[in-house]
Amino acid sequence: MTITETPFAGGIVGEARLRKEDPALLTGEAKFIDDLDLPGALWVACVRSPHAHARINGVDTSEALAVDGVVAAYSGEDLADTWVAPLPCAWPVTDDMNNPAHFPVAQGKANYAGDIVAVVVATSRYAAADGLEGVVVDYEPLDAVVSIEDAESDRVVIHEDLGTNVSYEWPLIPDPEGVDAAFEAATHHITETYVHQRLIPAPMEPRGVAVVPAPHNGDMTLYSSTQIPHVLKVMAALTLGVPEQKLRVIAPSVGGGFGCKLNVYAEEILCMALAQRHGVPVRWTESRTEAAGSTIQGRAQRQTIELAADADGKLTAVRATLLADMGAYLQLVAPGVPLLGAFLYHGLYDVPLYSFTCKSVFTNLTPTDAYRGAGRPEATYAIERGMDALAVAVGVGADEIRSRNFIPTEKFPYDSPAGLVFDSGNYQPALDRAKELIGWDARMAEQAERRAAGSTTHLGIGISTYVEMCGLAPSRVLASLNYGAGGWESATVRVLPTCKVQVVTGATPHGQGHETCWSMIVADRLGVDPDDVEVLHSDTAISPLGMDTYGSRSLSVGGTAIWMATEKVVEKAATIAAHMLEANPEDLELTGGVFSVKGSPDAEVPLAGVAFAAFTAHDLPDGVEPNLQAQVTWDPPNFTFPFGAHIAVVEIDEVTGAVDLIDYAACDDCGNQINPMIVEGQIHGGIVQGVAQALWEEAVYDEDGQCRSANLADYLVPSAAECIDMKLDHTVTPSPTNPMGVKGIGEAGTIASTPAVMNAVVNALRPLGVTGMAMPASPMTVRRAIEAAGGGAS
Amino acid sequence: MIPAAVGYVRADSAEAAVAALGEHGDEAKLLAGGQSLIPLMRLRLARPSVLVDMGRAEDLRGISVDGDTVSIGALTSHSALEHSVELAAACPLLAHVASQVGDPAVRHRGTLGGSLAHADPASDLPAAVLALGGTLVATGPGGSREIAASDFFTGFLESALASDEVLTTVHLPVSTGGWAYQKFNRRAQDWAIVGVAVAEGGAGVSLVNMGSTPLRAAAVEAAVAGGAGASDAAAVAADGTEPPTDNNADGAYREHLVRVLTERALVAAGA
Repeated sequence: MTITETPFAGGIVGEARLRKEDPALLTGEAKFIDDLDLPGALWVACVRSPHAHARINGVDTSEALAVDGVVAAYSGEDLADTWVAPLPCAWPVTDDMNNPAHFPVAQGKANYAGDIVAVVVATSRYAAADGLEGVVVDYEPLDAVVSIEDAESDRVVIHEDLGTNVSYEWPLIPDPEGVDAAFEAATHHITETYVHQRLIPAPMEPRGVAVVPAPHNGDMTLYSSTQIPHVLKVMAALTLGVPEQKLRVIAPSVGGGFGCKLNVYAEEILCMALAQRHGVPVRWTESRTEAAGSTIQGRAQRQTIELAADADGKLTAVRATLLADMGAYLQLVAPGVPLLGAFLYHGLYDVPLYSFTCKSVFTNLTPTDAYRGAGRPEATYAIERGMDALAVAVGVGADEIRSRNFIPTEKFPYDSPAGLVFDSGNYQPALDRAKELIGWDARMAEQAERRAAGSTTHLGIGISTYVEMCGLAPSRVLASLNYGAGGWESATVRVLPTCKVQVVTGATPHGQGHETCWSMIVADRLGVDPDDVEVLHSDTAISPLGMDTYGSRSLSVGGTAIWMATEKVVEKAATIAAHMLEANPEDLELTGGVFSVKGSPDAEVPLAGVAFAAFTAHDLPDGVEPNLQAQVTWDPPNFTFPFGAHIAVVEIDEVTGAVDLIDYAACDDCGNQINPMIVEGQIHGGIVQGVAQALWEEAVYDEDGQCRSANLADYLVPSAAECIDMKLDHTVTPSPTNPMGVKGIGEAGTIASTPAVMNAVVNALRPLGVTGMAMPASPMTVRRAIEAAGGGAS
Repeated sequence: MIPAAVGYVRADSAEAAVAALGEHGDEAKLLAGGQSLIPLMRLRLARPSVLVDMGRAEDLRGISVDGDTVSIGALTSHSALEHSVELAAACPLLAHVASQVGDPAVRHRGTLGGSLAHADPASDLPAAVLALGGTLVATGPGGSREIAASDFFTGFLESALASDEVLTTVHLPVSTGGWAYQKFNRRAQDWAIVGVAVAEGGAGVSLVNMGSTPLRAAAVEAAVAGGAGASDAAAVAADGTEPPTDNNADGAYREHLVRVLTERALVAAGA
C-alpha cells in the first residue's frame, strides 16, 4: 500500500466547492432550537436583577402564580437544594484562584444586572413573560463595581467570602533579571497602555435551551444552542448529578457562536432541573435584549506593553502587564482567556527576553469569557500597536520595523521566549504580498500629497502582522496550564455497504462549514463524491466522543482525526482488496475510488466492491473484522501557528472625526487549504468582526453598572453596508504538526484587523499630534483626540 | 421582548380608524407600518390595550402632484417615496430623505404618516417635511383639519394630533430649488446622530436629533434670508437647541456637528 507523498491527490481538496449546509439554512429547512416542536413543553422566563449589585431581601412569587398559564415560580432559595455543584469553571489557572460560588439562580445577592434571581414556568412563552411582572423582589441596592481599577482597589468587595475582588495573578517571566537588564540597556523603551472595551458577541441566533425528560427511565435530552455539546454533557452531569449515561446533548442548527456558546450556562442547568422537577419538556429562548446582559461578553482588559529595543529598533525584550475583567463570576474558561494570549505578546518577532503578568478581577458586570480569538487578538493588538510606536521612535516605517524583527525563516522550529515551539513560519513574504495588494507605495505617496496640500481628509495606513496559536490543544500542555480537560478530537469514518460514507466528528460546527470540508477530506482520499459523504455531529448519542469547536481547532485537530481514520479505512480496504485480487497489499494503490495493482493495470477492484465484501464478510482474510470502519482520537503534539499580514487604509474627516475604512488587504497563511472559499469566508467575517471592535462595537455601561447598549440599535454590529471589498491572498507554509499541513483560519481576521485599523487611524492623525486612540474610534472620540492634541479645523 | 396581550381591530379607512379610536379610548394605538410601535410593545414600553390596524387602508396610500402641491397619503411607505418618479421630480428632497431611513426592510414597512405621528426627533422624514413647509391633514370625529408642519411637533414623541385623530395626508409645495440632506451616523441603518435638511437653497432648514422634537432652524433660515453665506449662517445652527447625550455623542459634540453639517448642507444646496 503506497501512501502518496502529497497529502491530497484526489483533486477535491483545494476546490472552492459550495457549502452543502447552505440549501437547508437558506430555505429555512434547518431547525434551530426555537424551531423544535415539543408538544406540552413548559416555557421558562428568568427574573433578572435590574441592579448590578444588590442584596436580595426577599422574593415574592405569589402574584406571578396568579397569572393565567403560570405553573410555578421559584426563587434561588427554593431551588438551592437542586444543585449538586455550582456552575463550572473548568480552568482554575492557579491553585489559589478565587472562584466564587455561582449557582443558576442567585441566592442572597445579585452580582450583575442580568443575574437570575427567580424563575417563572408557564404554559407559553407569553404567559411566562407575563408571570415575570408578578414576581416581586425586595432588593437592597449596593455600590456597584464597574471599572477594573475600582475592582482592584477592593473599595467594595463583591464576594465577601473571598475578601478581595482579585481572582488570580498569573506570571510568566522566565528570566526576570534578564528582562530588567534589557530595559536598562535599551536605547528605546516604549510604554503603551491600551484598553480593550467589552464586546457583546451577538451571534445571529441568541441562545436557547430545551430539555426533554423521560421520567420513568431517567433519560434526559438537552437541546442547546451551544458550541460544546460534549463538554456540556460532562459538566451538566457533574453540576446536576444526572447520570451521564442517561444524558444526551444535542446542538441543533446553531446560528453562530463566536465563543459565547463555548460555555455552560445557568439556563441550561436550570432547564434540566425544571424538566426533572415537572417531568415534562421545558424550554427557554433568549431574547436579544436578554442576551446583551446574560450571555458572556468578550475582551475587557487593560494592557500595558513595554518594548525594549536597540538603536536600530531591534527588540531586546517585551514586557506585558494585564488587568482583566472577569465580570461577576468565573464562567467556563474565562480565567484562561488571557493565558491564550500570554505566550504571544512578542508577536512574530524574534525577542530573547519576555515577561507577562495578568491580574484578573471581579466586577459587577456580565461575566466575560472566550470571544473569537480569545486572548490572541488582545496580545496581537498590544504588540502591533506597540511596534508602530517603536517605528516612530526609531524613525523608520511601520513595514521596516516589522521586517527588522521578524523571526527569521531559518530559525523554525522556533523556541519562543515564552516557552512555545513555533512549528513553522515565513513572515516576510506575507507582508510583502499584503503591501503589494494594497499598493503600498502609491498609498504612501497619496498620503504625503494630502499632507502637503493641507487636506482635512487624512489618509491613514496601518499594518498588523500576526501569529496565533491554534489547534487547541495538546492535552499535556493544557494540563500544565491547569485546564480541566484534554484537547484531543475524535473521528469515525464508516464506508457503508453501498459505498456511501458516514463521518462522525466530535467537532461541533455552528456556521463554519465542517460538513462540506470534512466530506471533501474523506472524498479526496477515497475517490467518492463529496455529496456521498454524510457528516454526523453535534449529538452525543451519534457522536459520543468529542471536544467540540473553538480556538480554530476543528480542522487541525478534528480534521486530522478524520484524515487518520480515513487512512485506517483505506488500509483495511487495501487488505481486503489484496485478498480479492490475490495481490500484496503493499502493491495496491487507491485512485479514483478503485484499487489497482501497481504495474498490472487490469488487476483492479473498486472500493464499492471492497465495501460490499466487507459487509457480507463471506470471504475476508483471516483476522480481518467485517465492515469498513475506523475510529481515531487525535491528540496534537503541538499547537499550529497561522500567521499573516493585514493592511488597512482609512480616511478621517478631521472636522467631524468620522473614520471611513476605504481599503483593506490581507495575506494569510493557514497552511494547506481544504476549501479556499470557506477560508475566504472566515477571513471576510473575521476582518469585519475585528474592524467592528476598532470602529463600532462597545458594551457601554454607566456608573451603576447598567448596560446602555443592550440592543442592536445601540450596540453597533456592522451590517453589509459597512463592509468593503477586501483584497485577499495567501501564502502556504504547511504545518509540520499534522499530516495535512493545516493550521486553522477561524480567528485570524479578528486577530489582525483590529490593530490594523487602529494603527491606520493613529497613522492618519500623527501630523495633528495624535499619538493614541481609544476603541472604538467613534467620530466623537476621534474628534476629541484631535482637539486634545491642539488641532482640528471646525 | 415578549409584548403584553393586546386587542386588535382592523380599520380600512380613516373614518373606521376614528370610530375605533372613539370606541376604545386613550389606550388604543394606531398601527401603520409598526416600525416604532412594535419594538416599543415588545419591550413593554408601550402597552396599548387595542391596536387599530390601518395597514390595509388603501385610500391613504399614494403620491399625487397637482399644480404646485404634492399630496401624499399617510400610509405611503418610505420605499414608495424613495422610488417614486413623480416625487423625485416634484420634491427630490423628500424622496432622497426617504432613501436614508433605516434599512430596506424598515423602508418597506414604515410609513410617512407613522413616522410623522411618532414625532421622533431622531427620525429623518419629519425634518424633511419641516424644511419643505408641509401641511398635515388630520381627520377626527368632527371632520378634517390642517396643521402646519411647524406646529405639529409639540414634544418628545408628542404631536398636535388629538388621541381620536388620524393623520391622513401630507401636502407639500413642489420644491425643486437647491436641496440637501446631511445625515451623520455610524452605520447606514442607524438614526442620525445629527441630521440637517435644507430646502429651496436655505429657505427651509431643519435639524434632526438636536432637541426633544424635530426642529426648524429658524436662525439659519433668517441668516440665509438676510444674505449670509453658508459659513456664517451655519454658525447659528445650534442656537436655541438642546441636544441630547447618548452613546454616540454628547451635547457639545452635537452642537459642533450641527454647525458643520449645516454648512455642508447649505453649500450642497447652493446657498
